[in-house]
Amino acid sequence: MIKVDIQTQDFDICTELAWMRQATDNCGAIASFVGLVRGKDASNIVDFIELEHYPVMAEKSITHMAEMAMQRWPLTAVRVIHRVGKLPAGAQIVLVLTASEHRKAAFAACEFVMDYLKAEAPFWKKEILPAGEHWVEAKASDELAKQAWLIE
Amino acid sequence: MQESSVRNIQILYFARVKEKLNYSIEPLSLPESIHTISDLKRLLAQRGESWSEIFSADKQLRAAVNHELVSDEYLIQDKDEVGFFPPVSGG
Repeated sequence: MIKVDIQTQDFDICTELAWMRQATDNCGAIASFVGLVRGKDASNIVDFIELEHYPVMAEKSITHMAEMAMQRWPLTAVRVIHRVGKLPAGAQIVLVLTASEHRKAAFAACEFVMDYLKAEAPFWKKEILPAGEHWVEAKASDELAKQAWLIE
Repeated sequence: MQESSVRNIQILYFARVKEKLNYSIEPLSLPESIHTISDLKRLLAQRGESWSEIFSADKQLRAAVNHELVSDEYLIQDKDEVGFFPPVSGG
């Protein structure tokens, strides 16, 4: 089972874990990742970030990543929530939950989905600093992290 | 002789690209000489300085058609939705 939401509102990991436990059969392990807005980037204080996305394409691309993960590992469910809009320092941005009978598949799939999401899902971050605002550049390390999954 | 056909597309711009062009969405009826994404980029680059900076100088620019990433060689079809954007930075 795959469930993907792009939303402005916050999410509650306990609610999502509860959903996953009842939605999956014979689940023995759930791995989770939560991405947050850092209050500092390098030496800059970050007040807010603004997250823009390409509607429809964002949902489709994350769903495709979850499908790839389900083909690669024996997963019972993948749940992804990605927030958009203006988010203050410390706010939750993204949630990835992966459920499996055993932990190794859940851990690996959670990292796989996040690595693909960072490199390919059409979202863009703008940092709002006291001194002004700027778009966050894509990181070469994110592309390398994704490519590492192609070799394994 | 090639058959002429009407190709009406929708173009969407995102993030840095959208801000720089001050454009987010536009319908466009493609001239007959425009076939590929590469042709379309050349056409858009002629609109002015900011357009040229994005569509001819920016090697990082990404293109998607109907929500899938495509290369410059993609042949544009009638009713395609074309998105232009910088490398992604979500998560």
